[in-house]
Amino acid sequence: MKTADAEPIIIVEHLRAEFGDNLIFRDVSFQVKRGEIFVILGGSGCGKTTLLKHLIGLYRPTAGKVLVNGVDIVAQDPSEMEQVRKGTGMLFQAGALFGSMTLAENIAVPLQQYTNLPAKIIDLIVRMKLSLVNLTGYENHLPEELSGGMKKRAGLARAMALDPPILFFDEPSAGLDPVSAVELDLLIKGLNAALGTTMVIVTHELQSIYLIADRIIMLDKETKGIIAEGDPRELRDHATEPKVSNFFNRKPAGEEYIRLAQKLRLEMTLVETRRGG
Amino acid sequence: MTTSPDRVRRFHLQIDESADGSRRIRFRGSLVLLELEHVTAQLQVLGERPFAGHTSLDLQDLEYVDSAGAMAILDLAEKIKAQSGSCPIDHASPTVQGLLNLIDIQALNQPPLIGIGGQQDFITRLGDGFLEFLRDSSQVIIFLGEIIIDLLAVCIRPRIVRWGDVILTMKRTGVEGLPIISLIALLLGLIIAFMSSLQLRQFGANIFVASLLAIAMVRELGPIMTAILVAGRSGSAFAAEIGTMKVNEEVDALTVMGLNPMHFLTLPKVIASLIVVPLLTMYANLLGIIGGLIVGVTLLDLTAYSYIQETRNILTVFDFVSSYIKTLVFAFLIAAIGCQRGFQVRGGAAAVGQATTSAVVAAIFMIIVVDSIFAIILTYIPR
Ligand SMILES: Nc1ncnc2c1ncn2[C@@H]1O[C@H](COP(=O)(O)OP(=O)(O)O)[C@@H](O)[C@H]1O
Ligand SMILES: [Mg+2]
Repeated sequence: MKTADAEPIIIVEHLRAEFGDNLIFRDVSFQVKRGEIFVILGGSGCGKTTLLKHLIGLYRPTAGKVLVNGVDIVAQDPSEMEQVRKGTGMLFQAGALFGSMTLAENIAVPLQQYTNLPAKIIDLIVRMKLSLVNLTGYENHLPEELSGGMKKRAGLARAMALDPPILFFDEPSAGLDPVSAVELDLLIKGLNAALGTTMVIVTHELQSIYLIADRIIMLDKETKGIIAEGDPRELRDHATEPKVSNFFNRKPAGEEYIRLAQKLRLEMTLVETRRGG
Repeated sequence: MTTSPDRVRRFHLQIDESADGSRRIRFRGSLVLLELEHVTAQLQVLGERPFAGHTSLDLQDLEYVDSAGAMAILDLAEKIKAQSGSCPIDHASPTVQGLLNLIDIQALNQPPLIGIGGQQDFITRLGDGFLEFLRDSSQVIIFLGEIIIDLLAVCIRPRIVRWGDVILTMKRTGVEGLPIISLIALLLGLIIAFMSSLQLRQFGANIFVASLLAIAMVRELGPIMTAILVAGRSGSAFAAEIGTMKVNEEVDALTVMGLNPMHFLTLPKVIASLIVVPLLTMYANLLGIIGGLIVGVTLLDLTAYSYIQETRNILTVFDFVSSYIKTLVFAFLIAAIGCQRGFQVRGGAAAVGQATTSAVVAAIFMIIVVDSIFAIILTYIPR
């Protein structure tokens, strides 16, 4: 399913984005293929969240084209946008669950809005979604009564309520302990395999990138665009651009930090000398 | 092979009954969430109507299924199994099988870990409401007490308050409140003077419009009206600000940094209100009297001099002092209740909204109660 010749489901062409005078992207083009897990990487503040919000039509680019499932997001035709919204789900950085509603009510919102299913079936679907994210029994809990990882999973259940063909994730494992993070990764991978959902994920976690990513792009603040694209393992071993290889090998980029690392005799320098020797 | 749900043909069920009394339910097409609407009723009947023979489900022609569809299939199989003992699912493609495996049908019937509050009878709710009121009142009183203690502490160590915040709150509550207070006080003065003159003119007692308005404004209307406006403008803002900080864990962040949220958030607001509300009240009184003056000079043939003279004669220092003290109490209550409601917020955005509303309602309630108490006390104070 995830062959290189799969058709693209998201097409971004010559996207230019700026906030006032602050240019974020100069000219960004890439494609996401149907059914793949596509990861967007980059340092803090390089515009990963901004790019994601352009893909779901929350922001409009200054120039360029964004096609999602064949619909031009930039034109923002209301009826087409509704179709796109039904076909996409997003897991926000902090979950963005509605605080005054129970988990069941949170997940039922899109189902009630977009379908005419009877309440009994909606209830069943809600329970099924909760069990998919391992939150069986938590339907009457309020978001504030959950831990961070549980909130993330509940947010995922709500994003998946309509079984959208495309899911967006903004730093899903940020703020989670390694165990919860890897569990969430496995959940993402499992849902991708079972449902064929295309997933676009912003993350920093190297381990999770190696675990889940089919393909990545790396954004950069100075270049204001993409500096690397491809398979993460390949990039780790063969990237020539220093910024890219630094990222994949967890090495500091600034001179002062390299000196600090040497002074502290940190493991990474040891590893490097060992490798060199 | 998974195909996109929007390009496949509609779903339908086909039921083949064979001679030996068994049946085979074939799923044809693509079973997605939106298709479920059309087949829910049919699935329900299949699952619940008794059937003597053996039943099996055939997914050979199922082109695409999403998780809601897979759940519907499993749910049907489960119901049939409960009746006739077994219900095999045949010919599921690897993708579909993977999805079926992902769904834990047992989990769908597990009871929730916590229940939702059930319906209670009227008496119980009445009692609960009363107890809630008592709890709430005692919390407010405790909070007010804490503020008073902290205010005393400020007198000893002024450094514990962020005076920059005090100035900022004074600006927000006082300066930015001037336009609306000016408008309402002036109109109030005009209206009272005009309405009372209609009556007093019949007795040729035009000049008493001045004394009536002066006493009404300074003793009652000025303080009450200003307090209600400040409660609506600023008490609500205090509650919303602190409530939002509570929701975002900013209040916890203050505590962790070793900063007392009470000193950091509440005291500047209370102190600013104590300074600004009396000033606003005096300003409102003045504008109300000016409103009366306008009516007196233009409609009642009074001279400005005689109007002002009459106003000066009727007002005593006692009026001003008692009004000032009353205003201080109002200011304290508005700010304190606003902050208290803010700190009470638990949960999300809706809770902030409730706290804001409740801050205004509780403050106005307290203003009226305190005003009545003052009215009674002042009647019995010899002057
Ligand atoms: N709504 C906004 N208005 C103005 N500038 C913004 C806005 N959102 C983000 N930015 C700017 O865009 C840049 C990228 O932000 P963001 O996409 O949030 O980065 P990150 O990669 O950490 O998610 C930052 O410099 C930020 O200041
Ligand atoms: Mg971000």
